[in-house]
Amino acid sequence: MIVMENVYFTYPNGVEALRGIDLKIEDGEFIAIMGQNGAGKTTLVKHMNGLLKPTRGRVLVDGVETTKVSVAKLARKVGLVFQNPDHQLFSETVEDEIRFALKNFGFDEETIKKRVDWALNLLDLERYRNVSPFMLSGGERKRVALASVLAWDPSIIILDEPTIGQDYRQKERLRQFIMQLNQQGKTIIIVTHDVEFVAECSPKILLMREGKIIAEGEAREILTDEPLLYQASISMPEIAKIFKNLSAFGLPSKVIDVYEAANILYERLGDAR
Amino acid sequence: MSIFDGFKFRSESSPIHEMDPRAKFIYVCILFSSAIIFNNIIPLLILFLIQMPIVFLAKVQREWLRSMKASALFATLIFAMNFISLYFYAGHETLCSITERSAAMTIRFLVLIQTFSIFFLTTSPDMLGLALEQSGIPYEICFAFTTAVRFVPVLAEEAQTIIDAQRARGLELESGNIIKRIRNYIPILIPLIVNAIRRSMELAETMESRAWGAVKNRTNLYALRIKGRDILLIVSSLIILIISVYTSIYIRVPSITQMMHC
Repeated sequence: MIVMENVYFTYPNGVEALRGIDLKIEDGEFIAIMGQNGAGKTTLVKHMNGLLKPTRGRVLVDGVETTKVSVAKLARKVGLVFQNPDHQLFSETVEDEIRFALKNFGFDEETIKKRVDWALNLLDLERYRNVSPFMLSGGERKRVALASVLAWDPSIIILDEPTIGQDYRQKERLRQFIMQLNQQGKTIIIVTHDVEFVAECSPKILLMREGKIIAEGEAREILTDEPLLYQASISMPEIAKIFKNLSAFGLPSKVIDVYEAANILYERLGDAR
Repeated sequence: MSIFDGFKFRSESSPIHEMDPRAKFIYVCILFSSAIIFNNIIPLLILFLIQMPIVFLAKVQREWLRSMKASALFATLIFAMNFISLYFYAGHETLCSITERSAAMTIRFLVLIQTFSIFFLTTSPDMLGLALEQSGIPYEICFAFTTAVRFVPVLAEEAQTIIDAQRARGLELESGNIIKRIRNYIPILIPLIVNAIRRSMELAETMESRAWGAVKNRTNLYALRIKGRDILLIVSSLIILIISVYTSIYIRVPSITQMMHC
C-alpha cells in the first residue's frame, strides 16, 4: 500500500512539481495517472520508490517512510519501468540485461536462472536471449526493459508511458498482460497520455494538473466528464465522444468501452427493426 | 544539476552580457595567467575581489554563489592537500605560514572558477560561436563547438535520468570497495555514451536534410563589433597583466604572516 500525505516537491532548479498530494493506493489496485506534460506525473511516481524524497509531507510504502530506507530496498517491492528503454539498457545480451537487477537484489544463481527464463517467456523474448539489446527495435527494447523489471517480481508495478512507440497489436498484448498481472494481485500504476488505451483497460484514474490531483475516480466517470478532461488537456476517448452526441437519442452517455458500445447500439438497432 | 547552473548561460540585460565575447575572452586569459603568476595570498585575494563588481554588474550574483558553493568541496580538498603536504615536507615553517600558503592555493582555485563562471554565465553559446567564426576559424569547427556547449545541459539531465533508471533496478552506486564502485558506473556510462552517439547521428541527419553546408560563404544576421566598453575591458585587463608581471618580478609581496610577525 502506498500512502502520500500532503506531499510537496520542488526540484533544485526551483520548479515546484508537486503541490500538496494526498493519495492512498491499496494493494491490488489498477491506477492510471493522467494529465498534460509537466503536470507532475513522473515526479509523482518517482516518489513511490524513493528516487525522489518529498520536500514537505511524507510518502509511506507498506507503512515505511521512503526517507528511511534505500532506493534499492524499496525497488525490491516497487518496480518502476522508465519511459525510455534507452536510459537503462547497457548489457551485451538481453539475458544479461534481465540478470542485472536480479544480481543487484542478491538472488541465488538458481533462482536467477528460473526468473530470467520466466521473464523471457512472458514477454516473448526467448529468441533474443543472446542478442544485444541495442540490435532490437524500439518496441522490443521497451519489452526488454519491462522484462528486466518484472523478473524480480515486485508487488507494485509502475509503468511510465508504456504504450509509446507500440503498434496496435503490441498495445493489445500489453493490455492483456497488465490485466493478467493485476488479476494475480499486483498493484499496477500506469502513467500515460493514451486515453484510448486507458478506456480499454478501465482502471481507476488520477487526473493531475500543475502538481495537484484534480480528480480521482472510475474511468467511466472521469473519461466522460468533458469539462474536467479539458482542464487536464485530455480529449475524450472516441467512443465517449460518439455517445455524448448520441445521448439526445436516449442512449446512455457514459460509455467508454467498445464492446459495451457495440452491444448498446445492437440492441437499439434491433428494437428499431 | 546545481553544479552546472553556476556555469550555464543566463540571459540578462547587463553591460557585461552585451560585451564582445572576444574582449571577455582576453579578460579571462589575463586573469588566469595573473592567478597562476602569484602564489601569495594578498595579490590572489585582490584578483578575487576586483571581480566582484563585475559579478554584480552582470546581475549574476545568485549563479555566481552557486558556482562557489559547488566548488566548496573541491576547495576544501585543495586546502587540506596543501596543508598536509606542506606540514610534512616544507620543513621549518610555522603553522601560520602553512595555513596562509594553503589558503592562497585555495583562493587561486576560486579565482579560476570565478573567472570561468563569469565568462560562461554572461556569454551565450551563440555569441561564442559568432566570436570564433569572426576570428577566422572554419564554420564547421565553430558549429561543432557551439553544439557541444549546447548539449552539455542535455547530457547532464540525461545522466540523471539514467542514474534514476538504474537505481530503480537496484543499483547502489555507493556500495562496495573502490573497484566495485567504479564498476557501478558502467550501467550509467554505456547508455549515456550510446545515446550521445545516437543523438549525434540524428542531429547530423536533420542538419543535412535542412541543407547544412549548402552555401560556401555564410553570412550572419548579427556581426560583432568592438565597442568603447570592450576596449575599456581589454585595456584594464592589460593593465592588470602589466601590474601582475611587474609586481612578480620587481616587488616582493609580503605575506600576512610576515606582516604580523607570527
